[in-house]
Amino acid sequence: MSERSLPPVTELGMASLALIVAGGIYLASHLPQRVPLAPAIVLLSLSALLLAVNLSMLARVHGFPWRRFFEIARWALLVYVTTAGLIEYTFLQDQVRGGALIVLTLSLAVYAVHVPTLIGFTVARYYEPSAVAGTVA
Amino acid sequence: MERPDFQIVPRAGIVAAAVAVVVLVVAIASNKLWPLDFLHVAGGAAWTIIDLFVGLVIGPIIGRMSIPARIEFTTRFMPKMVVIMPIVVTLTLAAGWQLGNKLGTVQSGYTNHAWVVASFIVVGVMAIVALGLLEPANIAVLIELKKPQPNPTVIERLMKRFIYSAGITGVMQIATLVIMTKIAS
Repeated sequence: MSERSLPPVTELGMASLALIVAGGIYLASHLPQRVPLAPAIVLLSLSALLLAVNLSMLARVHGFPWRRFFEIARWALLVYVTTAGLIEYTFLQDQVRGGALIVLTLSLAVYAVHVPTLIGFTVARYYEPSAVAGTVA
Repeated sequence: MERPDFQIVPRAGIVAAAVAVVVLVVAIASNKLWPLDFLHVAGGAAWTIIDLFVGLVIGPIIGRMSIPARIEFTTRFMPKMVVIMPIVVTLTLAAGWQLGNKLGTVQSGYTNHAWVVASFIVVGVMAIVALGLLEPANIAVLIELKKPQPNPTVIERLMKRFIYSAGITGVMQIATLVIMTKIAS
């Protein structure tokens, strides 16, 4: 698969992760005070927008090896949903509630989808139909 | 190009990682000082040392190896990293956050709050590099090596990405050491 035919999935993915990390740091650095959620919501929205743009651009790539992509991404999704669940569990244990919990949960959802997308993309971009590739585990 | 057979994700490692996750959940649920302190300090020490060693010592060595030697090393080294790094990072951060809550060090009224926020930023940057560049390159190089005819150019490119990313996180770990020793002093 030619590199030139692929959208900047990794770059957009990293930008999206940077936005939710920034939102998380903003909320965490003000604990236990109640702070306006607007900046965190804006950062989360931009991050989710980048995720949507990334998936949409990837979906338009002709001949992208989706089977290979999903073969890898589904296992990565399992791993990152598990780690997101652990982080969510910590938030609940720490009595994070209300708007902050919603923003953090949605941020984790973006993280749990975007990281497997990056992993699946990085593997699938080097897929060559002639070579039979190995399976995970 | 010959390469030894290997598992991309070692099954024994998955069992060990699952046990570590259970220990972490119990430590957080019990909210006792020692288990949280142990997991944070032990995990953090492992994370820092591995990043520094891989980024600044192993990485440059791999870069100077011949292609066959690099492939043999990679097939033995990278599957272990796939399991070790995510679990070490999870233990360090989750136990550290809970510990910070228990001790009040993550709260904005804490004396060294600016240093704590600096540590959030350093960890955040390391997480972005690790999740966006390092981990995908790690998995992709292993999948490429599993092919009957691995492409040396692809392996070269992915390993370069892995080594540079590890180097960046290694350098950032020096900042972590400065911040953590400052907070502990």
